[in-house]
Amino acid sequence: MRTLTQLADGLRRRSFSSVELVGALLARIEKSQPALNAFISVAAAEALEAARAADRTLAAGGGGPLTGVPIAHKDIFCTAGMRTTCGSRMLDNFVSPYDATVVARLKRAGALLLAKTNMDEFAMGSSNENSFYGPVRNPWNPQMVPGGSSGGSAAAVAARLVPGATGTDTGGSIRQPAALCGITGMKPTYGRVSRYGMIAFASSLDQGGTLTASAADAALMLREMAGFDPRDSTSVDAPVPDYVAAIEEPITGLRIGLLAEFFDKGLDAENERCVREALRVLEGLGARVSQVSLPNLPMSVPVYYVVAPAEASSNLARYDGVRFGHRCENPRDLTDMYRRSRGEGFGAEVKRRIMTGTYVLSAGYYDAYYLKAQRVRALINADFVRAFQSVDVLIGPTTPTPAFPIGAKTADPITMYLNDIYTIGANLAGLPAISVPCGFAAGLPVGLQIVGPHFSEARVLAAAHAFQRTTDWHTRVPVGYA
Amino acid sequence: MALTREQIASIATLARLDLTADEVPLYQEGLSRILEFVGALERADTADVTPMAHPLPGLTQRLRPDEVTEGDGHERYQQNAPRTAAGLYLVPKVIE
Repeated sequence: MRTLTQLADGLRRRSFSSVELVGALLARIEKSQPALNAFISVAAAEALEAARAADRTLAAGGGGPLTGVPIAHKDIFCTAGMRTTCGSRMLDNFVSPYDATVVARLKRAGALLLAKTNMDEFAMGSSNENSFYGPVRNPWNPQMVPGGSSGGSAAAVAARLVPGATGTDTGGSIRQPAALCGITGMKPTYGRVSRYGMIAFASSLDQGGTLTASAADAALMLREMAGFDPRDSTSVDAPVPDYVAAIEEPITGLRIGLLAEFFDKGLDAENERCVREALRVLEGLGARVSQVSLPNLPMSVPVYYVVAPAEASSNLARYDGVRFGHRCENPRDLTDMYRRSRGEGFGAEVKRRIMTGTYVLSAGYYDAYYLKAQRVRALINADFVRAFQSVDVLIGPTTPTPAFPIGAKTADPITMYLNDIYTIGANLAGLPAISVPCGFAAGLPVGLQIVGPHFSEARVLAAAHAFQRTTDWHTRVPVGYA
Repeated sequence: MALTREQIASIATLARLDLTADEVPLYQEGLSRILEFVGALERADTADVTPMAHPLPGLTQRLRPDEVTEGDGHERYQQNAPRTAAGLYLVPKVIE
């Protein structure tokens, strides 16, 4: 299996056809599904038809940057005429009437929609155990979680079932599963990628991005996905650089800030060893490393677990059983219909977050929780602004530990929430951040995180690409999936 | 901060969520843990700090001209509806 960039190139040079490629991947997907459960829907017939059309376009000398390349979308992105479940019973029968902007743009670039990936319900989770369609398993060890919420996308790319997949990252949902599955996960700046047609969880934090084998592939996919969209009121009207060209920029003299707060007592010793080794590699490439402290950063998880549930409780109010989604049997009256449809349609974690959000927004508690969290969020943001006055990027681990066993952290919500302790900060401040594989701890992948200032995707990707040109961690494939 | 069963019932009512008798103690425990955890925010000194609602400082929500841009798609949209009749969404009777 080759990378997204190589496959796009091979198709253009007609070394193989899109139909051959789609056929081969469909066979891999079918074979993997009982073991990994990475997908919720597979569009076999539609993908083969689109592949035939792509082959005709390529034969005629036409096509875009991704013509004929099959990709998967996280099942949070609306795909016209196809089921979009968001991993929830609530939307089990929901067929999107339109394409999300991300889906439309990748289609316009020539990419084919092969399948929709499994995910934590409404993107709420860090282990992919909260899906109505069952947990996803980590291809490196099926007893382990793949991370979440974009766990299906991460497992699918790690097992080379698709060369690239979309994901969304509200508190780490692209970077954390990418780290745990040994692939490259890129969360762009808030506002860089349109949220139109991306089912809303926490609107001030949600951002779409990519899960790929390499930073070069992320650059290619992101270049086609990013850009202003008048249909998303927080989409930023700024030009999108050619990330594919920009990543070749050398990193000589790059000022790296080593995030002191990320090397805390929760960090696994093996993860720390891998990350420190990666820093030496970057120093060897000419980067200058200094220690940076963001004193308010340890408060990011408590801030997140006020702000995200508050926004979720508002966003998920739309699931009322009236216009779409699950409706209970024989409702007595309207209130009974709302309550039972929602009680039956949502899973346990989603209900917990809706209730947490409802509580922190309720009369008498709003100031103490919600407004207080928004103030601490401003402090964390100010820490990042200050840090980026003296360094170009911040570096640390993506996660405190490698992948953990399925069921190990389900008993206590806080234990699970702390998986995102190193990733949430970038969401609160809206910063671009990437996770790249940087080693293994007891046979499981470890991720290195690179965070940059707003709209510095090109620099973040260039640093990741420079690292991947000198290391081969990103080329490792789990046994049985080569 | 520990929440009572009554508080959980009242939050569930506000959120329009029907909880089973088994679920109430689970959410009582879970929400109490979460509130205790986020209670750490109290210790942060935030005097004179402006609350941050948006990650891109200074960005304001765009306005657009008030023009019709979408066609009539109600038949397509209503294919997802649990119950419809004559182009309307049906719900249990609200007014006797």
